Amino acid sequence: MASKSICLYFQVHQPTRLRLYRFFDIGKDSHYYDDFANRTILRRVAQKCYLPMNQLMLELINKHKGKFKIAYSISGSALEQFQRFCPEVIDSFKALAATGRVEFLAETYYHSLASLASESEFRHQVEKHAARIEELFGVKPTAFRNTELIYSNGIGEMVYDMGYKTMLTEGARHIMGWQSPNFVYSGETQPHLKLLLRNYNLSDDIAFRFSNRSWDMWPLTAEKYVNWMKESAKEGDVVNLFMDYETFGEHQSAESGIFDFMRALPEAVVKDGTFGFVTPSEATRKYKPVAGIDVEDPISWADEERDLTAWLGNELQSEAFKKVYAMTEKLAIVNDPELYSDFGHLQESDHFYYMCTKFFSDGEVHKYFNPYDTPYEAFINYMNVISDFQTRLDEKRAALDVKETAVQELAAPAKTVRRKVAKKK
Amino acid sequence: MRVLMFGWEFPPHIAGGLGTACEGIVKGLAYNGVETLFVMPSASGDEDQSATTIINASDVPVDTVTETVDEFLDKVKFIHIGSNMIPYANPEEFGRLIEEEKRRQVKDFSISYGQKYKFSGKYGANLMEEVARYAMVGGTIALQRKDEFDVIHAHDWLTYYAGIAAKELTGKPLVIHVHATSFDRGSVDNIDTRVFAIEKRGMEIADRVVTVSDLTRNIVISRYGIDPAKVVTVHNAVDFSGRENLHVERGVKEPVVTFLGRITYQKGPEYFIEAAAKVLKRTRKVRFVMAGSGDMMNRAIRHAARLGISDRFHFTGFLRGTDVQKMFALSDVYVMPSISEPFGISPLEAMRTGVPSIISKQSGAAEVLKYAFKVDFWDVDAMADDIYALLSYPALADFSARMGYDEVNALKWNGATAKLKQVYESVVK
Repeated sequence: MASKSICLYFQVHQPTRLRLYRFFDIGKDSHYYDDFANRTILRRVAQKCYLPMNQLMLELINKHKGKFKIAYSISGSALEQFQRFCPEVIDSFKALAATGRVEFLAETYYHSLASLASESEFRHQVEKHAARIEELFGVKPTAFRNTELIYSNGIGEMVYDMGYKTMLTEGARHIMGWQSPNFVYSGETQPHLKLLLRNYNLSDDIAFRFSNRSWDMWPLTAEKYVNWMKESAKEGDVVNLFMDYETFGEHQSAESGIFDFMRALPEAVVKDGTFGFVTPSEATRKYKPVAGIDVEDPISWADEERDLTAWLGNELQSEAFKKVYAMTEKLAIVNDPELYSDFGHLQESDHFYYMCTKFFSDGEVHKYFNPYDTPYEAFINYMNVISDFQTRLDEKRAALDVKETAVQELAAPAKTVRRKVAKKK
Repeated sequence: MRVLMFGWEFPPHIAGGLGTACEGIVKGLAYNGVETLFVMPSASGDEDQSATTIINASDVPVDTVTETVDEFLDKVKFIHIGSNMIPYANPEEFGRLIEEEKRRQVKDFSISYGQKYKFSGKYGANLMEEVARYAMVGGTIALQRKDEFDVIHAHDWLTYYAGIAAKELTGKPLVIHVHATSFDRGSVDNIDTRVFAIEKRGMEIADRVVTVSDLTRNIVISRYGIDPAKVVTVHNAVDFSGRENLHVERGVKEPVVTFLGRITYQKGPEYFIEAAAKVLKRTRKVRFVMAGSGDMMNRAIRHAARLGISDRFHFTGFLRGTDVQKMFALSDVYVMPSISEPFGISPLEAMRTGVPSIISKQSGAAEVLKYAFKVDFWDVDAMADDIYALLSYPALADFSARMGYDEVNALKWNGATAKLKQVYESVVK
């Protein structure tokens, strides 16, 4: 039995892209989404990635009889789009779930930044997501990953408080220093929370560099990769390979050989014998934490900085973020499912990502994912939608007030009488 | 009275306000019994020629010159085709360059002699070359039609060379019309010196300089050093005939305060944003719209975001066609905070739609609009006060809307062009 492990985890998400929403639409049309783009993109990615990759994973799990395991986190927004535009993707994930070798993680339902804004909203979305995952795949998630692997001590405490003992985050260089990401760690302020840290070098070899012919290591083979993992995990227990699921067939095309690589990888690992595969929850059961990790300011897996600047790095992003979360309380009072669904979709981190002005270092990646020509267009469009949404929310809130006043007026005479009586004393 | 007029554009295909003004002018002149031959670099054929005859410069080859090439060039020698930048040359080198330039000009002209030049008529990268070629063709047209006009009239710097060439070759008087100056396009220490040189030359050679406002007249006198005696103000007018006001269903419930125009330094967008923030501190029941695009747009978006007002301050981007009128129809207050505006037609459009307008004292329109609210562009407190008052006191808004509507309807090109006719008469012997 291999003493070291590989933990393979894939993030599955599709944003709910907004339509061109002009000032003239405010107050007139409250449909915010670009259904055509969302459907087209989702179906394309399903054909190129989700369906063939799920099929491949299923084959590999069956072939290796329990030795090959993987984990997924599928955002609620993506699940909704699968259901609407391509239900067979859900079926193929169900088939994977039925093997018992796949772990589904919990996250925020709307792939949002709620953990940075409002604890109540964060909890609400995590619960909503966990319930949906259990409903679809029959297992209640026990491990958690936050949107874009965002983590801080405070977020860790909230996550543990919700009952999760395992959490995934980035092995950010500025946090790790000389320490290796290939161990299980624990939270600094919540030592019971176990942390799995992404090995970004090895993860990005697949996710970013695989098809790059100017890379001096190209082409990447399974044998070569197993050797790199062995080298990296000389000191260490578990190599955490976390990446976007869309890497397979979408970011790295089928022609690049990415599927063949994945087909060969489990066999190469088994043949070599150094590693076995584990899911995140198994990893933290199998290995003891070696140290606490202290993260005061939130980290993420994005860009060179591994911080929040991809979503909250400029004044446009902060303004949009403030304006959307300022409505949290009012929404709770109004308690309207339709409004809440829009509110959730408007929180998707992607909307903030589109407003990013870091053109230089990671501009290429940002452009790839962005439906807008400029961050300014993204901001204008988003704020117009927010304005319409605010108006709807205020109207609902005002309607509630009218009801309450009516109730109070009915009760009022009694109060007046009582007050008069009191005065007489 | 017959006029050879040089313009750059004419409706329906226009990029700015110059074409619209030219159409109003030729129609007004026709009303006053003045015939016009309107030359433009690139006509499409669908221009309304009921009031003027349009000559498409792209159709005219340079070939009916009576003099020799050298004589022709001698008279229009100020025209440089292509780049005329000479950085850091010593006297010998400079002399050599001049000789070279002369030879090149003769060559250029010989090549283009007998040829048509296809003008784009736009404001593109080889604008300077088009301006120079336009002058060559303009001179030719003036010679060809020597007996068909009494006076030459050139609109804005793009056509000044053509006007000068026509004057040099025919000896007829030249009137140039200043719709804007370099100082309205950039800040004082950031003007295009090539354009400035063309403007100054045109103003100096012209027999009369017509300006669209006293504000522009002062710039022409003080910054270009032109003799006040030959500078005359003829205020712009606007032609609303056949215009029905649009009825647009409103989406937003709050009143709308609008800025509409290019988002550039001299239009003062930042003062509008600051005033908006001040009003929003006092009331949330209002929305601000900045309609248009320009090189300051992204800065403006960041500015509004920094002030935390982006959910009440909206950007529409560039508006096309009827969207402009739709925007006016949706507005409750119009603001034009220009730092420097030779005239400014947009508040007239707003008032014609029944929208009370606040305009900067640094605009030409402020000289003719009694019922617009006037503030210094930098006085954001006054601007905010006026916006708030117009939103809060319906009597004030109704009064200024009603009076403003009547006022702009009375501003007719027929009156303005009668004044223009007097200018022509003063120079034709």
